[in-house]
Amino acid sequence: MIPEIGHFALILALSLAVCQSVMPLIGAHRNDAALMSVAGPAAVGQLVFVAVSFACLAWSFLQSDFTVLYVANHSHRALPDVYKIAAVWGAHEGSLLLWILLLAVWTVAVARYSSELPRAMSARVIGVLGLLSFGFLLFTLLTSNPFERLIPAPANGADLNPLLQDIGLAIHPPILYTGYVGFSVAFAFAIAAMLTGHLDQAWARWTRPWTIWAWMFLTVGIALGSWWAYYELGWGGWWFWDPVENASFMPWLAGTALIHSLAVTEKRGLFKSWTLLLAISAFSLSLLGTFLVRSGILVSVHAFATDPARGLFILIFLGIVIGGALILYAWRAPGMDSAAGFRPLSRETFLLLNNVLLVIACTVILYGTLAPLLYDVFEWGKISIGPPWFEFAFALPMLPLTLLIGVGMHTAWRSQAFGALFAQLKIPGTIAIVAGIAVPTVFYGRFGLLVSVGAIAGFWIMTVSLLQPLRSWRRAPGTPGISRSALGMSVAHFGVGMFTLGITIVSAFTVEADLSVRPGETVEVAGYSFKLTDLNNVQGPNYQALEGEIEIRKDGKFVAELRPQKRTYLVQQSPMTEAAIDAGWNRDLFVALGDPLGNDAWSMRLQYKPLIRFIWLGALIMAFGGLIAASDRRYRLQATAREGTAALREEPA
Amino acid sequence: MLAVGLAAAGLVIASILTLQAFKENLMFYIEISEVAKGNAPKDRNFRVGGLVVEGSVTRVPGELEVEFTLTDLNEQLVVYYDGILPDLFREGQGIIAHGRLDDDGSRFIADQVLAKHDENYMPPEVAETLAKHAAAQEAALDAETGQQ
Repeated sequence: MIPEIGHFALILALSLAVCQSVMPLIGAHRNDAALMSVAGPAAVGQLVFVAVSFACLAWSFLQSDFTVLYVANHSHRALPDVYKIAAVWGAHEGSLLLWILLLAVWTVAVARYSSELPRAMSARVIGVLGLLSFGFLLFTLLTSNPFERLIPAPANGADLNPLLQDIGLAIHPPILYTGYVGFSVAFAFAIAAMLTGHLDQAWARWTRPWTIWAWMFLTVGIALGSWWAYYELGWGGWWFWDPVENASFMPWLAGTALIHSLAVTEKRGLFKSWTLLLAISAFSLSLLGTFLVRSGILVSVHAFATDPARGLFILIFLGIVIGGALILYAWRAPGMDSAAGFRPLSRETFLLLNNVLLVIACTVILYGTLAPLLYDVFEWGKISIGPPWFEFAFALPMLPLTLLIGVGMHTAWRSQAFGALFAQLKIPGTIAIVAGIAVPTVFYGRFGLLVSVGAIAGFWIMTVSLLQPLRSWRRAPGTPGISRSALGMSVAHFGVGMFTLGITIVSAFTVEADLSVRPGETVEVAGYSFKLTDLNNVQGPNYQALEGEIEIRKDGKFVAELRPQKRTYLVQQSPMTEAAIDAGWNRDLFVALGDPLGNDAWSMRLQYKPLIRFIWLGALIMAFGGLIAASDRRYRLQATAREGTAALREEPA
Repeated sequence: MLAVGLAAAGLVIASILTLQAFKENLMFYIEISEVAKGNAPKDRNFRVGGLVVEGSVTRVPGELEVEFTLTDLNEQLVVYYDGILPDLFREGQGIIAHGRLDDDGSRFIADQVLAKHDENYMPPEVAETLAKHAAAQEAALDAETGQQ
């Protein structure tokens, strides 16, 4: 009964999606207030029914209702409750439902907080979001129904993949998806502007906070995913250039470019068509990511053949959304750009360079991700592309970007005098060069050109990001302080600096050793001694494990005791490595237990990872900077409509 | 003008370097039967995949180095690896190895061994190769029984 209610609610949501899209769009076209006013209530109704449907699926998981095929395939009675909930989005069908739920939440948020938008604009935005929701609902109902029954029901379920039974992974997809889906709002704003045929600075001011929110979620989601891969996949890497990771990283790069391009459109009314194109790209890449990853097509073209209905639907849907948006763009965008000028040395130039470099990086990753697919389709052979290529091809555009960030932040709009800029930047520049050369040499005992370039870039961004907040802190009493949006920018860029420094130091100074160790034996790695003191069997709720006890000392002083496990999950009988990590702000010590090698010996992976926390901490600080910027007064002032323009003073982006 | 020229030059050099690096990091999947025929590249890395032959995993007790045999149901290839095998590495399981042939072409020296997260997972390239050879064997068997 409950699954049928869920299924039925989904169908009702589909009907409401039709109302939510067709009526407001026609209403906006005809300037019919009654039709336009359907938008908000339809969006709320859709959220209600999608939420009911989602709750029904979650309930089926909690009740272990194995007459539902999806539940039977991805759950088990012994699975802890929290993972039963997480199992809802553990595979294709449920993750689509989560997508739809989040889209409905975003839509209602837009309807609720954009009441001061021109009526036709908000009707069009919500209408476009309704169209997207319609596509997703139809896809789910026709090809991926999570409520499909399985009669007779099996006595027990096939269990959730053990890798997914982890709290990091339980929360990672909802946050990541919130980011993905959030770009649909920027997309809908772009389509609405093109339908209206008119795009002004107010449009950019409405779109910007929504985009920043989506970008924040995506940033946190990617960071969580990377952290999860680091400790759960068991082998200490934090980024693998896997198609799944690339699929989340590409919209992030396009979204980052979009945030910066929106700044120019908001402040100066420039880059309008470029901003529209980025809004379309960021969301298209999100769609591509969701579909291609979940459908397994990136792994192999043959995934199409195993389920032609899904593959065909995806292609048609992507074609309509992306193709339609681009056609509209080709038709409407050319007339929109204004001809305001700017000098070569101005913030506009730097933001343009930022965009060019980010888009290059994004394109390169897109090419690397799709190349195996292309080679397969054209029968040039089955290839894979090694991570070294991605690292190289990504670092190439990023290096100039890291250097330019620091200059661009302190450059004025329109025109900047070189002397004043140089005077501001010479001290942070000197600090960065000295620290970038000294830190690797002194603390890690080695000088290297590449390491120093990376470290200089990291310190450079960190120090220049402090300039504005410091100046504001030491300002004369009575003068206005730094605006939230400038503070947000400084904080986010500081995060970029930490991230850059973290990557540089981790890549250069990680020590990894795969060794054969017997109980009682001590091995040395990176100046730490690791002693395998004991091996014990332990029992978990749905697994058995062998647990090693490893005592770590440095110069004879006790540092930590770590207990890595080798688990065997009872249902799927699959082994899993649970690494143990001693985390510190300046280094991680990582221990993973491998296999028995005979003669009592075990293979162990021991790693020393300096500054690895800076990578995720940097990403979180970036997201926090976004939060500060999105809370800027001028976005809240929108609510009191006409005063909105008053906020357009000399505030930096 | 100078700045634009420099940027263009930088872009060209960066593109050339990127394409060069792409070629170097490209790894082809080569069927074990092709490797046995001597059709594997000598001087660069490639990927092989197949089923780990039951009972073929051997190692010196207490050492990390391991040797096992991979089959595509037609030919076999001995793989040598010095490292920790992935969790889902088992005899009878489909895996992929990255690496190259040793000097006399008799062993594959792997620098990476991959078995995917899901125990039902078969790398698609491997699945295709296995299906092809399984079908060929079946056809051969049919032909034999037909002649008798």
